[in-house]
Amino acid sequence: MTTRRQLLNGAATLAAYASTARLVGGPGFAATPDQGPSALPSGAREAAVLDALPGKKPLIKRSYRPPNYETPMEVFDKAFTPNDEFFVRWHLSNIPEVDAAEWRLKIGGDGSSTPFELSLVQLATDFEQVELAALCQCAGNRRGLSNPHVMGVQWGYGAMGNAKWKGVRLKDILARAGLKPDAIEIAFNGGESGVVEETPDFVKSIPTWKALDENTMIATHMNGEPLPHWNGYPARLIVPGWTATYWTKQVTEINALTKPQGGYWMAKAYRVSLGTFSFTDRFITQETDKNTPITEVVVNSLITSPGEGQAVAVGKSVDVRGIAWDGGHGITEVDVSTDGGKNWRPAVLGEDLGRFSWRQWSLSFTPTEPGSYAVMARATNAQGVSQVSKLIFSPSGYHNNVIQTVNVEAV
Amino acid sequence: MKSSITFAVSGACLLMALSTDVVRADESTIVLKPGDGLDIVEGNCAACHSLDFIQMNSPIQDEKGWTETVGKMVHVMGAPITEDDQKQIITYLSTNYSK
Repeated sequence: MTTRRQLLNGAATLAAYASTARLVGGPGFAATPDQGPSALPSGAREAAVLDALPGKKPLIKRSYRPPNYETPMEVFDKAFTPNDEFFVRWHLSNIPEVDAAEWRLKIGGDGSSTPFELSLVQLATDFEQVELAALCQCAGNRRGLSNPHVMGVQWGYGAMGNAKWKGVRLKDILARAGLKPDAIEIAFNGGESGVVEETPDFVKSIPTWKALDENTMIATHMNGEPLPHWNGYPARLIVPGWTATYWTKQVTEINALTKPQGGYWMAKAYRVSLGTFSFTDRFITQETDKNTPITEVVVNSLITSPGEGQAVAVGKSVDVRGIAWDGGHGITEVDVSTDGGKNWRPAVLGEDLGRFSWRQWSLSFTPTEPGSYAVMARATNAQGVSQVSKLIFSPSGYHNNVIQTVNVEAV
Repeated sequence: MKSSITFAVSGACLLMALSTDVVRADESTIVLKPGDGLDIVEGNCAACHSLDFIQMNSPIQDEKGWTETVGKMVHVMGAPITEDDQKQIITYLSTNYSK
């Protein structure tokens, strides 16, 4: 099926649409507070608009094609992110409309002795169905806040969401694939492709040990509903604890490999220098003497209320709320400061929804006199690792977990 | 997944498609700064991605950075851009979207 969006992809149409562009929309989309934090590059704030993809509520548009849309701040006050407000992130511009009846998942590769394929019905009926709450966060979430700025999608705080994912365990699927002892990685190919044939296909791999983890799954449902098209319908990989670059959408192929996956998106992209960040999950078959593929999500938190610049009343209790998460070790403590980091108090942690989910927290404070209050939150995980007070810079803008400050004015 | 797409879509057909859905903002609303080489930028870069990638990534880098970015698009992403066009694109971006 050819969609309107695919029509727009054609280079031959460009001249036509460029000449109509000024007639149709013009530059008149007004600035909104949802452009994101003031620390973003000015061009990123100017280019942002609230826009609703088909089936979605208005989200913060970072780019139209491929579509990259982030979730507005107010949505993060919810324990689970609604499907129609969940962020959207694609690397390549051709995103097929998948016909569920035609869709097949092919399992094979040189590390598999018994390749096979599954229909969507088989995927739903041949394996035990499981459900798991997990945070899905883009490796480059908060990239736009990097100092100095780095190239890429200039995300604010919203390239993440929390959902209940339902589907089947990847290890149950792989149990039929006859994995060879030297199958070192499991690779995934999804639906998206570039406009020109030469663009590297978006193929990602994970270590076999992570693929066989009981929490890693192929999900068909999200928060009780089929996956939205923009979030990978009809099936996507869920790698709890790891950054979303591995959560292949519209997955069509699973290949067991006896050699490291060597494509651009593994060998060159989504890498961090060795020794830069604190993490425990290693991807040894992909490591070089200089760098490693990014793996698990780092400990982090977000203040969802009050908002930046919000006015609060002297002598009245203010509810400071937020969420905290890490790569699956679990959040053990969130400390809140209302004086710019001089004094810290432990927040009350909300319900534990599972170690891969984010966890809500809250703390009330009462401003005693007029003036500015710098509200900060610092999460600590079960390993005793806390958020950093100074950004650990990475050239691609990954893993920004610097302690956030929200300035409020007591009047 | 690798696929090929058909480029042959008429302007009239596109106009119809746009006119049925004008309530939604879309990439046709993107207006880059006027300047020498803008048509070359539109004619090349927008074949593969919307032009808001340029706006969004500014002002971040200088001419050297834009040269690297255009080089990545050609040599890594496979964009079929002539050397002359590459030079004009780099000049346009350096003039209008540099730090």
